[in-house]
Amino acid sequence: MNLRRWTEPVLSHLLLIAVALLFLIPLWWLLITSIKPLDQILTIPPIWWPPSPQWQNYVDTLTSPAFPFWQLMGNTLFYCVVSTIGTVVSSAVVAYAFARMRFVGRDLLFAITLATLLLPGVVTLIPTYVLFQRMGLVGTYAPLIVPYFFASAFNIFLLRQFMLTIPVELSDAAHVDGAGDFRVLWQIILPLVKPALIVVAIFNFIYAWNDFLGPLLYLDDSSRYPFSIGLYAFRSRFALQWNLITAAALTITAPLIAAFFALQRYFIEGVTLTGVKG
Amino acid sequence: MSRRLRDTARAYLFVSPWLISLAVFTAYPMLASFYFSLTRYTVIQPPAWIGLENFQVMFSKDELFWLATWNTLYYTVVSVPLQMLVALLLATLLNHSTRGIGFYRTAFYLPSLVPAVVTTLLWMLILDPRAGLANAALEALGLPKLGWMHSATWSKPSLILISLWVGVGQPMLIFLAGLKDTPQSLLEAATIDGANRWQRYWRVVIPLLTPTIFFNLLITLIASFQVFTTAFIATATATGATAAGPLNSMLVYMVHLYRQGFRYSSMGYASAMAVVLFLALVLLTLLVVRSSRGWVHYEGAPPR
Repeated sequence: MNLRRWTEPVLSHLLLIAVALLFLIPLWWLLITSIKPLDQILTIPPIWWPPSPQWQNYVDTLTSPAFPFWQLMGNTLFYCVVSTIGTVVSSAVVAYAFARMRFVGRDLLFAITLATLLLPGVVTLIPTYVLFQRMGLVGTYAPLIVPYFFASAFNIFLLRQFMLTIPVELSDAAHVDGAGDFRVLWQIILPLVKPALIVVAIFNFIYAWNDFLGPLLYLDDSSRYPFSIGLYAFRSRFALQWNLITAAALTITAPLIAAFFALQRYFIEGVTLTGVKG
Repeated sequence: MSRRLRDTARAYLFVSPWLISLAVFTAYPMLASFYFSLTRYTVIQPPAWIGLENFQVMFSKDELFWLATWNTLYYTVVSVPLQMLVALLLATLLNHSTRGIGFYRTAFYLPSLVPAVVTTLLWMLILDPRAGLANAALEALGLPKLGWMHSATWSKPSLILISLWVGVGQPMLIFLAGLKDTPQSLLEAATIDGANRWQRYWRVVIPLLTPTIFFNLLITLIASFQVFTTAFIATATATGATAAGPLNSMLVYMVHLYRQGFRYSSMGYASAMAVVLFLALVLLTLLVVRSSRGWVHYEGAPPR
């Protein structure tokens, strides 16, 4: 009995540590490859730390015309920031109606909203492309950004669930004082659901940062590329220069990892909410 | 009555962005997909009605369609259950240990934040058939090296490996939260009734978690059938080869669809492929939902 009390947590931790290492080693490899000279990358046995780290790789990558860092950064931030503002604002307004207003067809509309959560994106892909093409917008950021300004099922759902937890008395009191719905939303509800707004913003930002298919379909001019496609294009130019490729790759990944450590609470809460309440 | 009408009008003002989105970015493209699937459409010229020809070609002439379907099924059938099982196992282990939980949680979750392009390139490096880290590890263990993405046999397992690295963290966090919600009173009641730990886990903890498992399973399944970026990048070789991996072994459904639509401008055919996948996924969703009545336990529901 005593033995079991000892062995079980030890075994469990050993297993957890082993799996954690399997998850972390690739990230370590990304970092370590980016500071290696070319002849130390594909070796058996592997080199876990280069004898003389070659930080110059970062200078070479970030100043390479094939990886125009500041331009890529500007495009990526533009895409992320504008789409995030769009979806947070529009989803909050729609969520408020579902959470606080009475109207004919509300429950049906909400059921439809939930159903679209399961809608496979593939069935809207081509006509949406054709639509933007006819409008002459292929090649611009409009097809990537405009849809965000019309809310999203998932964000509506998440924000609505949050708004429902706010006591009705609060908004009722404001209504009695003569406040309209927009004011109640802006001055009472939004400040109280700030954590949820932050969660929605973070996840949307990361989604846009990582988006590959969207920019691949809609952007053709390399001066408009965001990081994801920029890295893809960089790699096809420098196919075997793994140290430079990983330097570029880590550069676009590091901000996300930093954001995770800074905002960990929201990340965990966000992921958890998405699954359990669903 | 007019009050109610006014309220409704105002509410519809609030939900109008979403109504526009539903109409323009959901309903219209869905219907248009069905229409385009019955046409020959190259974008340059207006769609020309050809009835069911696209579907006939797809089912009887396009061998790559069947290969892509097989590749996608293989990928999904192995990767989704593995993702769920590993996530559940890790969550269960974490639920019992309080020490270091923050570290483990971070380690398992971080990969899901990494951009798909980075993930794919990184794993192409690790799985390099000559001297990648994976083969170095195999050699250290005295095992034979593998061809990974350069072998028709191992390319799909390679994609599945990547999907595990990326896809376990999120469901793990969700399962962990679900496990922490298990009511203590139920566990105590089971203990009093003489249930051992194993029985408590399988008879109390897991049944209470089934709604969460069900939801995650459904979302992961639908996403897995539409896997694209990993396979696309892994197969878009610098040498410009036309096959998607050795013997097209990484030609997944979405990559085939993308090539038809956007490389060969066969929007009609690509739409037909989209319609087939859509209908298959609707059917699958209905099946999963139906089966859920047998295995998903909702609190408050009468025992069956």
